[in-house]
Amino acid sequence: MPTSQTVVDEHAHENPALLHHFATESQQKNAASLGMWVFLAQEVMFFGGMFCAYLIYRYKYFADFGSASQQLDIKLGAINTAVLICSSLTVVLGVRAAQLGKRMALVFWLVATILLGCVFLGIKADEYAEKFEKHHVPGPSFSYHELLPGQEKLPAAERQYANPHHAEMYFSLYFAMTGMHALHMIIGVGLFGLLAWMAWRGKYTPEYYTPIENAGLYWHFVDIVWIYLFPLLYLIDRHR
Amino acid sequence: MSDQNSVSAHASDHISEHISTLGSSVAIWLILLACTGITVGAAFIDLGPFNIVVALAIATIKATLVVLFFMHVKYTHEKLTGLVVVSAIFWLFILLALSMADYATRLWR
Repeated sequence: MPTSQTVVDEHAHENPALLHHFATESQQKNAASLGMWVFLAQEVMFFGGMFCAYLIYRYKYFADFGSASQQLDIKLGAINTAVLICSSLTVVLGVRAAQLGKRMALVFWLVATILLGCVFLGIKADEYAEKFEKHHVPGPSFSYHELLPGQEKLPAAERQYANPHHAEMYFSLYFAMTGMHALHMIIGVGLFGLLAWMAWRGKYTPEYYTPIENAGLYWHFVDIVWIYLFPLLYLIDRHR
Repeated sequence: MSDQNSVSAHASDHISEHISTLGSSVAIWLILLACTGITVGAAFIDLGPFNIVVALAIATIKATLVVLFFMHVKYTHEKLTGLVVVSAIFWLFILLALSMADYATRLWR
């Protein structure tokens, strides 16, 4: 009995964020970090399924996927990639501010991340709107009448057009992958909104900033997904 | 006794947790932006089948930089983090390699 009393007393002097089932802050932090990494490993498998589907269908409908891929705007994709990379930097600077105990800097970098996330989503929404206008959204109103890659050099009568069903598969995967990525971005923006509010209220200190760090890991992961989506969807079929 | 010491050293190491310097973070950020520029430029050069190789190689370099530096894997003392990262990549490899081993060899279809 006296032993358990001392344990409680010991904890009373420590960081209030330290839960009673952890021996030390370091142990608690490592457990939270490991949990986040395992979650991200699961996310790799989740996105991996879609990447695998893309790989298989690109292999099967190689020429049609080339045609459909060329409908995307590389410039917008590249700008979005740069925006996401900048937002990853602001997250790094936010975590750094939390480690150094700079409350206002932390709030600033979190808000900057939210703004960059919104810029990304805005550009993505603009791209989606264009797809709706061109009837390139899979479904009953889908219509696709574009040449296969390289056909524009041939005389008009010999040109071959892409199979619309195969192009529809490309756009299905495009919307599934970028849509699921955008959903992750929306969740991330919401998460950072919450964290910025908590940070503003001074909840995070150099001793306890685990939520900032784990949200940062999540954001970097979403960045990495886009780092692969951008070349696969926009770039690799530019030259056929 | 030495065990005790290592435990207490471990307990206090959260204070000396790696704090990335401003300079290194900005340097990684600039490299990532440069890689993005290079990959976009490479997409407009006709490399034949190597367009996809170059694009994915650059993407992998970028992803590696993000994981090592932005996600602090390079500096972590926790070996389990590395294990989880390697496992995730390995499972993804199994998923992609075995699926393609099937689809890419269905010559009768």
